[in-house]
Amino acid sequence: MDDQTRIVNQACQRVGNDRLRLMDILLDVQRELRCIDHRSIAQIAQQLNCARIEVEEVASFYSFFSSPRKGDIAIRLCDDIVDRFQGMPAIARAFEQQLGIRMGETSADGTFSLDWTPCIGLSDQAPAALINDTPVTRLTPQRVVEIIAELRHHGDPAKLNTAAGEGNNAHPQIAVEVHNQIRHRGAVLLNDAPADAGLDVALTLNSDAILQRIEDSQLRGRGGAGFPTGRKWRTAANTIAEQRYIFCNADEGEPGTFKDRVLLTEHAELMIEGMTIAALAVGAAHGIIYLRGEYSYLKQHLESVLSQRRQQHRLGCSIGGRPGFDFDIRLQLGAGAYMCGEESALISSCEGQRGEPKTRPPFTAERGYLGYPSVVDNVETFCCAARILTRGAAWFRGFGTAASAGTKLFSICGDCDRPGIYELPFGVTVDELLIAAGARDPAAVLVGGPSGELISQTAFERRICFEDLSTAGAVVVFNDRRNILEIVEYYMAFFVEESCGYCTPCRVGNVFLHERISKVRQGLASPQDLAYLQELGDTIAKTSRCGLGQTSPNPILSSLQNFPLVYSALVKERDDGWQAGFDIQRALEESRRLAKRRSFIYDPSYSDSTNSDKEAPA
Amino acid sequence: MAEQHKKRIATASLAGCFGCHMSLLDIDERILDLIELVEFDRSPLNDLKRFTRRCDIGLIEGGCCNEENVHTLRDFRSNCDVLVAIGQCAVMGGLPVMRNAIMHSDDPLKECFDEAYIDSPYLYNPSHQIPNDPALPLILDKVYTCVDVVRVDYQIPGCPPSGDTLWQTLVALINNRPADLPYELIKYD
Amino acid sequence: MNTPIRFQIDGVEVLAEPGQSIMQAADAAGIYIPRLCDVEGLEPQGSCRVCTVKVNGRTAAACTQPAAADIEVENDTLELTNYRRDLVRMLFHEGNHLCPICEASGRCELQAMGYRLGISQPTKYPYLQPARPVDASHPDIVLDTNRCIRCGRCIRASRDIDGKSVFGYVGRGIDKKVGVNGDNLLATDASIDDCAIALETCPVGCIIQKGMGFYKPIGERSFDHQPIGSNIEGNRSGAAHREETWRQGEE
Repeated sequence: MDDQTRIVNQACQRVGNDRLRLMDILLDVQRELRCIDHRSIAQIAQQLNCARIEVEEVASFYSFFSSPRKGDIAIRLCDDIVDRFQGMPAIARAFEQQLGIRMGETSADGTFSLDWTPCIGLSDQAPAALINDTPVTRLTPQRVVEIIAELRHHGDPAKLNTAAGEGNNAHPQIAVEVHNQIRHRGAVLLNDAPADAGLDVALTLNSDAILQRIEDSQLRGRGGAGFPTGRKWRTAANTIAEQRYIFCNADEGEPGTFKDRVLLTEHAELMIEGMTIAALAVGAAHGIIYLRGEYSYLKQHLESVLSQRRQQHRLGCSIGGRPGFDFDIRLQLGAGAYMCGEESALISSCEGQRGEPKTRPPFTAERGYLGYPSVVDNVETFCCAARILTRGAAWFRGFGTAASAGTKLFSICGDCDRPGIYELPFGVTVDELLIAAGARDPAAVLVGGPSGELISQTAFERRICFEDLSTAGAVVVFNDRRNILEIVEYYMAFFVEESCGYCTPCRVGNVFLHERISKVRQGLASPQDLAYLQELGDTIAKTSRCGLGQTSPNPILSSLQNFPLVYSALVKERDDGWQAGFDIQRALEESRRLAKRRSFIYDPSYSDSTNSDKEAPA
Repeated sequence: MAEQHKKRIATASLAGCFGCHMSLLDIDERILDLIELVEFDRSPLNDLKRFTRRCDIGLIEGGCCNEENVHTLRDFRSNCDVLVAIGQCAVMGGLPVMRNAIMHSDDPLKECFDEAYIDSPYLYNPSHQIPNDPALPLILDKVYTCVDVVRVDYQIPGCPPSGDTLWQTLVALINNRPADLPYELIKYD
Repeated sequence: MNTPIRFQIDGVEVLAEPGQSIMQAADAAGIYIPRLCDVEGLEPQGSCRVCTVKVNGRTAAACTQPAAADIEVENDTLELTNYRRDLVRMLFHEGNHLCPICEASGRCELQAMGYRLGISQPTKYPYLQPARPVDASHPDIVLDTNRCIRCGRCIRASRDIDGKSVFGYVGRGIDKKVGVNGDNLLATDASIDDCAIALETCPVGCIIQKGMGFYKPIGERSFDHQPIGSNIEGNRSGAAHREETWRQGEE
């Protein structure tokens, strides 16, 4: 048996050849063999007794799995627009120079590979990168030289000599140069309440009383959509089934959002406490924390918190001495797919499937994981739920606005002096956030990430809450020197990259939106192109299958609405009816070279003036 | 019908097979009615090589595969009030556009020429030469549809559009009313 | 026990059995809702989105949306026709659809949907012109993936009816495609007798049976004279429908 076969077989055996755990198998194979090639795929299929195409379907979906071999040290640079504006191009050049390879390549000796990856949740300490699982932040070209020298020396990204961040980032199980940057602590989440006070209260209540408290608190989901948490729990509890599941959505992928990273680092116990309360409320015995692959450096810490809680009988059988209350949690790592932040796609991924949303209805609270009722909530939502049990629904409702109870964690980044985490009550205005974050000359703010809204100065009075501007936490600030269309074009490229491809409008339509916005940016568009963007965006929003597709045209639709002058300054009507996007000189370049002659029509010295097309002045 | 002046029509075949022009002749005896309604300016049907004056309607068959096609198409756009793309080649590139499938290669044009003149198993080319007479227009990096190059007002799909389709469309255009084609006359093949 | 559900489609009252989708109820009532990825006999997956309707004012895919009492469904409206035109165009522009040389021309559902929706105007979208392979390894079957519209009908037919796994989706986003369970089709257990290979399963000309090309002359093909959906509309004549679509205008 050769090494490859042995490694693949071990990966399968580690999860008991369980088809549902295909993600874990693929993660192991990728980590150890640095790729998942056709041989491995066939081998996995054989071990799991399934069709090879089934394994290939999943392996080809996630960006962290690759069929060509990646380096032993895979370097992924964050290509988010915030990182770009903060100097990523120079960092990328430095890596390319130091390694002697270009972006997308693997070094000849197989040691290093260099790739781009979307937002890795470190926008407040950009430019940042992942080296295997280890994040490195606030990169400078000089720092790149040091990192590569060190890696060439000892070859282990985990041993990089880094200045560990504060708080748990310095914990031996984490030990990375990530900074929490908690700038404002609110009453609900970012303070020290007695551990498990919420769970202790819950253990004295029956299921209905817990549900009632959550409903009374008017807690709404913190992942962006704002669905009433109590109603979701109640649905799962009321659906007749043999089993129920609790999922924690820690797949924080919306560009510019990084608040869950801080909660996972500093308040993992609180989150797990919330999940345990949910399990008690709906009658679930199993929970899964779906952690995005980019945060896998937190895995060991989270596992240790889980096992600690098992020892404390806060997880496992008869939790808190309550007979029959059995609940345990496993951790599921993702592998680079924005889509998996969608709750049913997250469940698909946990089932060892492609991270594609499931057909709705039925909703996951009725029929989710393996067809069982499943509660999927955001990290922050579970934290809030635990606090609500401790302090009461009325206390929680005392913060925020009429339709948006409680406080919210905001992750502010971009052009401001104090990027980081702010816990503030819902209803805070954009202006107040900008002042708090020290944004000196803000011209545009992206509230809610690219699937949210890009607003201009005239809207800074607006409030952040479900009634007005809603956000899962992302607040990205752009100053007046940033090119709005560069921002919009980047985010459209993001959606093209991250669309799962399930439905036509999101898969194809976003490619067309991206093509046309870049034409606008190059000054090659006409006013009709703006109507085209609007109409196409509308079709995608109205016909896409899931929430992510429906909001994918938002960078264009919201900037068309809020920055009309940016667009109108760039488009022009051509009265000759020729397409500005067609460049005859470029179309002939290759031909001239091959034929070794010039154009009879389009090269001036060859043609007579009456015969040649007059190119419109640029 | 009060006649102001006969509508002037120009036609051209770019990267097409002249099938659409043949189809235009397929209107049979109605061609006599057509002559009453229009006069032809630049067109291969009368062998006029240049525009003699501005035209009301330009009919374009074929997409653009070389520089001369681009030149002709732009000339039509500049000299015709209404430009109509006729047939699949003009509309979406047609068969010539199949060569665009190799434009993703590193050296697409060379690959295209090699396939056509050097490597193909169905080839008889004893000289192994790729034609390169100075009189040959330079080929474009890929095949472009008419809409890629100029604004197009209407299109009539089909390979070719039938004589009936062309006739009904022309009559509608001449009378400035929308072409209300029955189901059977809109075809993409 | 099974009390029928009553609801309305474009103001017409329709009855549905509990558990039926809007699509199924509409089909039974002789109302055609355009669709490409959905076909009778296969589990609906709601991916092409051509069957987008409005349910009480909100868009939804008719093939996966359950019928419910008293809902008001919009189907044949200019707004929805325009969405459907956009979606069908997207599919035409995503792949390489050369109708003049395609064996499926005349019986192709994508093409027929273009006809039915009255798509005849200058195109708005760029042609992506992807480089896609043709797999002719199998003695009886050709896969010309240039024409694939990712409807997944072959995948579902192979899995759910044939009890095989000849096809599956690989890749994601614009690179999502239908792959086969092996290095090529020859390496799979695909057979000419599979439901997945049947002429009615692939709505376009991607799955082609060797020796079956152009088996019906022009003029006798499925959609030469009757718009797609005519079989469902039953007594509603093609001519009546045609007028409706064209009255809705283009662009």
